[in-house]
Amino acid sequence: MPKVIFHREDGSSDVVAVEAGSNVMRAAVQNGVAGIVGECGGQAMCATCHVYVREPYLDALPEIGEDEEEMLECTAAERDPRRSRLGCQLALGDAASGGLEEVEVDVPETQI
Amino acid sequence: MCPRPRSEPGVVVVGAGQAGVQVADALRAGGHDGPITLLGAEPELPYQRPPLSKEHLAPGAPPAPAPLRAERFYPEQRIDLRTGVRAVGIDRAGRTVALDDGTAVPYDVLVLATGAANRPLEVPGADLAGVHALRTRADADALRAELVRARSLLVVGAGFIGLEVAAAARAHGLDVTVLEAADRPLVRSVSERMAEHVADVHRRAGTALRCGESVVAFTGDAGRVTGAVSSTGAEYRADLVVVGVGVVPRTELAAAAGLPVADGIVVDDDLRTPDPAIYAVGDCANHACAHTGGRVRLESVQNATDQGRHVAASILGGRRPYTAVPWFWSHQGALKLQIAGLRLPTDTAVACGDPATGRFSVCCFRDAHLVAVESVNRPADHVAARRLLADGRTPDPDQVAEPGFSLKDFAREPVVAG
Repeated sequence: MPKVIFHREDGSSDVVAVEAGSNVMRAAVQNGVAGIVGECGGQAMCATCHVYVREPYLDALPEIGEDEEEMLECTAAERDPRRSRLGCQLALGDAASGGLEEVEVDVPETQI
Repeated sequence: MCPRPRSEPGVVVVGAGQAGVQVADALRAGGHDGPITLLGAEPELPYQRPPLSKEHLAPGAPPAPAPLRAERFYPEQRIDLRTGVRAVGIDRAGRTVALDDGTAVPYDVLVLATGAANRPLEVPGADLAGVHALRTRADADALRAELVRARSLLVVGAGFIGLEVAAAARAHGLDVTVLEAADRPLVRSVSERMAEHVADVHRRAGTALRCGESVVAFTGDAGRVTGAVSSTGAEYRADLVVVGVGVVPRTELAAAAGLPVADGIVVDDDLRTPDPAIYAVGDCANHACAHTGGRVRLESVQNATDQGRHVAASILGGRRPYTAVPWFWSHQGALKLQIAGLRLPTDTAVACGDPATGRFSVCCFRDAHLVAVESVNRPADHVAARRLLADGRTPDPDQVAEPGFSLKDFAREPVVAG
């Protein structure tokens, strides 16, 4: 199963395994990971599932879409030009389905 | 009456949709330490509703909509979530809410987040099997089960829900007909210019969109729908029907408790009813609107969450009018419609960009002041519009119509003082 590791500023982290076809936002919301909201339900309309992707995973990420690009301009915590993404746009999967098999992200201090 | 010394007031929230859950969450996050009870009529954990008419109906969609919060969130936040239970009465003098299981919950502050119900279509045959409405997860599951094996769909009503379902059904390969009583789709929601574009997109996708035509009766065979007869006398065959003709706010509890009701539960600009212990939020609340100068009742995620946060702040002691800029979205196949602000029918609409490209916006002006922006596949315009409307800044209508005008660039320009 694809795995997401959410790191927080206080040093704590959550490791979440979810079914292929999910995404980083959904994985967080379903498992009660604090600091990820996903207010619009994953439609790239609200910028409340902002994450900073850790360096080793940056090359594996999908391209930033037009909707996501604009919403990243609206994040409550400052956008990092390289690492900021919307969790709802980071699909999780496996070699067969595409998507990330594993990713580590830092959860921003605020989403609202 | 004896005040409760030193204990934090107990808050009861009726309705566990997006607004109700937001109130409970924001109260706790804001430092409220007293009891919070959240009452949900549906049996399951509160969930995301917008995907039900979009991805949830798409081929290969995940089987369940995402929850609004994880199951463990509620106990961790000491929110007493009770699902599958319905509030049936409010005793304002005694400050209790009666439930359909025979119990009652005491409150110091009551928040009504009762939402809306689908407006029924009262025509012969509306109770035939195969005639669907869409509001709950159970509705969506039932519809999806039929979509995958049906060959033809008739949608009644070209509002957001009807058009989203139509687009999903085309993706499943169904023949789709949409009947709309008004002369254009989305008549309450977008400008004529945008409605024309939306109609074009659906027609090009193969949907038969017929405006100025309503259903007078459904036809059936052995209890199962087979089609409909329209107001023009035309007969349509379909093995599946979805009715999306708007909603009615759920105001019965408020009305029975003697609170004023007029297209929703009437609240002031702090979202409070005339009873200072009772608020209303989300789809069920009819509130004074800073953007139109009138009263509005909005059905959207933004309205539910912003009003939920506002009421929580108010309960925690904040006092300020509710002024959030409304925004909406609808995904209909390749059409991504985004709306910021509130348009009135008398506003002037100016197109920005070329509609023929499938990427443009309509800027709506009132007294030469920008009040709303409707965008298709131009998220930059939408985001810029939210900013401009929040800041009260406006471009000139003439400027917007010029080729190459960019709302995003305009929003980035520094504000000139004085």
